[in-house]
Amino acid sequence: MAQSPAHGSDHHDHHAAGHHDPQDIKLLGFWIFLVTDVILFSTLFATFIVLRNNTNGFEGGADLFNMTGVIAETFLLLTSSFTSGLAVLAMHQNKVKPMIIWLVITGLLGAGFLALELTEFVELVHEGATLQTSAFWSAFFTLVGTHGVHVTIGIGWMISIIIQIVRRGLNADTKGKVTVFSLYWHFLDAVWIFLLSIVYLMEVM
Amino acid sequence: MADHNNTHNSHGGERHEHGSVKSYVIGYIISIVLTIIPLVVVMNDMMGRTATIAVIMVTATLQFLVQLVFFMHIRDGEQPRWNAITLIFGILILLTIVVGSIWIMGNNQIGMKM
Repeated sequence: MAQSPAHGSDHHDHHAAGHHDPQDIKLLGFWIFLVTDVILFSTLFATFIVLRNNTNGFEGGADLFNMTGVIAETFLLLTSSFTSGLAVLAMHQNKVKPMIIWLVITGLLGAGFLALELTEFVELVHEGATLQTSAFWSAFFTLVGTHGVHVTIGIGWMISIIIQIVRRGLNADTKGKVTVFSLYWHFLDAVWIFLLSIVYLMEVM
Repeated sequence: MADHNNTHNSHGGERHEHGSVKSYVIGYIISIVLTIIPLVVVMNDMMGRTATIAVIMVTATLQFLVQLVFFMHIRDGEQPRWNAITLIFGILILLTIVVGSIWIMGNNQIGMKM
């Protein structure tokens, strides 16, 4: 008789604990961060769209964009989004080596993307399009540059996660970090889709 | 303890789907197709202005959904899908900022011409 209520409350605790898995809460917290990032990018997109015709007499994007480079950037980032997903799959099967290899490939593709983007920026500056040239180019560099900074941070973050996994191995904690990182990386690819569409494609069409 | 593990497994088994190689490959292929469609349309000047914008925005939105479903697994997780609800809230703010800015600044320019 005395055991029964104790057992009942014990069971209840377990049930509650199952629902509030700390990793689930971290994942939700990261989703909320991503939504704040959505808001950041939405203000920059709105600024760009509003200012896209204010070229101050200077050439706009249609004249200066190098679409070959932009298309290459798109496929590099899309492929890296795919490979970061494969890293998470390998992680769930506890295959540490394949997971690290996929993460490294993801990072290299991301670095390739960054290299192309920086080349593009340098070329634009040589053509005379800088942050100060016109409202169009200010909005362009701020929007595309903010995305590039996100990619840069992502690569640094990924390197630190790989170092942690090599040192401590795969556990609930490091698994959570890889999961959250891959979410971040997929999100950056999603933002790039809209950069390609709204900034590049709509400018050159 | 055994009981706990059991409930935890049945708990996690169905909801914590992590996708499969197949679902990632499908998502990747659909994304490539959805990227190539607007590129071909724009680079070859295949359509008028309004139609081109429509194609660009529709393929971009579809590709965003593909990323959410196939890569970010928005459909998985705990039953009250707080992540999806948060995302919908974010998109609501995004649309308010972007559409609102276009609307207001568009009216401004009309006013300045008059």
